[in-house]
Amino acid sequence: MPKIIVEVMPKADLLDPAGKAVANALQRKGHAEISNVRIGKRIELHYASTPTDAEVEAAKQIAADFLSNGVIEDVISVTVEN
Amino acid sequence: MAKIVSTVDTTKNAKKTPEKEQPWKELGLKQEEYDRIKVILGRRPTSAELAMYSVMWSEHCSYKSSKIYLRQFGEKVTPEMTKNLMVGMGENAGVVDIGEGWAVTFKVESHNHPSYIEPFQGAATGVGGIVRDILTMGARPIAIMDQLRFGAVSNPDTARVVNGVVSGISFYGNCLGLPNIGGETVFDKVYQGNPLVNALSVGALRHEDLKLAKASNPGDLVILFGARTGADGIGGVSVLASETFDADGPSRRPAVQVGDPFAEKVLIECCLELYAAKVVAGIQDLGGAGLSCATSELASNGQAGMRVQLKEVLLRDESLTPEEILMSESQERMMAIVPKKDLKAFTAIVNKYEVEFSVLGEVIREPRLYINWGKEEIVNVPPRSVAHDGPVYERPVSYPVWQDSLNNNSVKNANLKRSNEASDLAEELVQIISSPNQASKSWITDQYDHYVGGNTALAMPDDSGMVRVSEETGLGVAIATDANGRYCQLDPYNGAKLALAEAYRNVASSGAVPVAVTNCLNFGSPENPEVMWQFKQATAGLADGCLELGIPVTGGNVSFYNQTGDIAIHPTPVVGVLGVIDDVARRIPSGWQDAGNNIYLLGITRDELDGSVWSEVIHDHLGGKPPVVDLAAEKALAELLQGASLQGLLASTHDLSEGGLAQTLVESTLRFGMGARIWLNEITERDRVDLTAALFSESTARVIVSVGREDDVKFVGLCEARGIPVLRIGVTDASGQLEIQDLATWSIEELKATHGATIPEFFG
Repeated sequence: MPKIIVEVMPKADLLDPAGKAVANALQRKGHAEISNVRIGKRIELHYASTPTDAEVEAAKQIAADFLSNGVIEDVISVTVEN
Repeated sequence: MAKIVSTVDTTKNAKKTPEKEQPWKELGLKQEEYDRIKVILGRRPTSAELAMYSVMWSEHCSYKSSKIYLRQFGEKVTPEMTKNLMVGMGENAGVVDIGEGWAVTFKVESHNHPSYIEPFQGAATGVGGIVRDILTMGARPIAIMDQLRFGAVSNPDTARVVNGVVSGISFYGNCLGLPNIGGETVFDKVYQGNPLVNALSVGALRHEDLKLAKASNPGDLVILFGARTGADGIGGVSVLASETFDADGPSRRPAVQVGDPFAEKVLIECCLELYAAKVVAGIQDLGGAGLSCATSELASNGQAGMRVQLKEVLLRDESLTPEEILMSESQERMMAIVPKKDLKAFTAIVNKYEVEFSVLGEVIREPRLYINWGKEEIVNVPPRSVAHDGPVYERPVSYPVWQDSLNNNSVKNANLKRSNEASDLAEELVQIISSPNQASKSWITDQYDHYVGGNTALAMPDDSGMVRVSEETGLGVAIATDANGRYCQLDPYNGAKLALAEAYRNVASSGAVPVAVTNCLNFGSPENPEVMWQFKQATAGLADGCLELGIPVTGGNVSFYNQTGDIAIHPTPVVGVLGVIDDVARRIPSGWQDAGNNIYLLGITRDELDGSVWSEVIHDHLGGKPPVVDLAAEKALAELLQGASLQGLLASTHDLSEGGLAQTLVESTLRFGMGARIWLNEITERDRVDLTAALFSESTARVIVSVGREDDVKFVGLCEARGIPVLRIGVTDASGQLEIQDLATWSIEELKATHGATIPEFFG
């Protein structure tokens, strides 16, 4: 089934408490090579047929307006996956 | 992202380039304020100094417009009022001696503007900030409350703000493990573009554990600990960075902060252990204005100075400029002043909690704050000039041009229709108890944990929240907060007194003795003379009221610029009253529990419907004069309730306020599902009022109490001996109904459904 994948990340400048907690846990597990962790979200939009250019544009708008909070998050990518 | 191309602005550089253009205006400073900084320093400020002064001299940090009015809270007092006050205004929070070696500290603060931009994080960090204020006094935070004002329920943007704010408060508070024991929620279109999110916290400490925010011993170390410093909440100072970035323009730093309640919980436990180990000589939380505030206030309070190396600050983001580090409002950070000999013990404790720290510098005798960025000196200022000797303004005040016509447009003059028909009045009662402001708020308060910690004795929907402080003796405190913006719009002087009277009455109704006051004064722009007049009136009313009641203001907060465009909110001075109860087991419930108890109305009902819920809900009207305040009557009533409660005479007490007797009857019956039969004819006869006034008037100094039959003679005798007007108006029964004779009968289920449906309908 064709999909549009939206990836959202917390803004680079803002604290990411979940990422920080995981990074600390990894340090304790001995993974000194990992210096930081940031956790975002991946959202799949499913389509009946391959989305048209207009539908991709619409999905970008949805990603910006509805799937992410522009005050604290950035939409990193909106990509079509067949 | 833009590439950093420039270097730091040093004090040396500032001396060499006196004519350099600086963005003081963009940072919110006035020409005369910028000139004054130059006089203080004898040169132009460096960009780091400019950042510090601009934020510390902002209205929010300096109280420059409100200071001249806030003084009266310290002046209109008697020695009797302050004898139990261990710390008064000016510190992070006031501290009150409650006996048995215990003290409590409490304060309410606003987080209005951040909560409109980003409701969830804004409200969450509001809770985090006030909890750190309480922690800073040496106390263990034991409870929180929130005072919320939102726009009209029907406006689509209101749901965004309500849902975000409520989940933000519940997320942060619940994660911290602090019970949320009450508060208020009001909807009014005046708050549409400017909601109010005030957060209150209370903490308990043993007398000897009191801590102050000062750095007074030269040689002591200045230590920053807790979360790392990032680019949170420094959107405003981006303008300073503009010159150090290339053509891409200024970086867009975020204006909001993100909180981490688990980090805060660890910080609380870590601080309490540091206090217990006596390794901290002074402590300050980092809130608004971040390091600028903490360094300058600690030094200024201790009448000393400080030498700080800014490169020692642990960063989350290495690209931060020195100005940004000084301004950052990253959450969950504290600054401690630690004697050198105690560094080892300090390190052991913070390491145990896995809390990061760094030594930034040390306290010096000379009252000067020196901040270096590596080898370069970027700040060299007298700390008092930053923290305490900021500008003070006596801004113009003017009597609002619309005030008289508003006051003349009373319920009477506007000829609002009032019916004496039973069916009309019954319908009005249902409309009122299901209106957004009078409907049950349990959809909101059920999202908060009320009982975590196991010390909560009373919580929403009781008149006040109550927590046990001493598990040995049952000693506890009760807190209630109130503010009625509609009353204050009609008369800010008496409106503030009415808020005080209601909070006082709520605390007394729980069986506690009111002892102290805090406030959060939410107003429009101080640059508007009419708003400044409202502020002047409200502060005078509150100070006079406290003097009359004999309880001191221990601290507070001012939030100006609450407006949309030129339209200010109604003046909303939130008043919090704290009471002490020697054993929380003696608390008085707010609802009826046993059948066959007599219900008494204490106090006199007058025809006071101006500004009332009835006028708002039934007629969409605001005008006239608010109810008369009689603080002597409030005091006498409170003393009666204490006397009766000590003798164990009161089965329940519920105060009368917004919505009048009708609202109180419905709440009393719904609290535990106990029915009652009520008659109004004796009220209408004795007080010469019609049924509308008997049901919906908001006359003050009134409560209803329920008393077991065996205590009747004793109770009525007590009221008569003290000159408190008392009238038997009903009897509780197990009928499962609330019957108001000659008016209507409702089943409790029906009332519960009506009262409970409104808020979930809009937001659930």
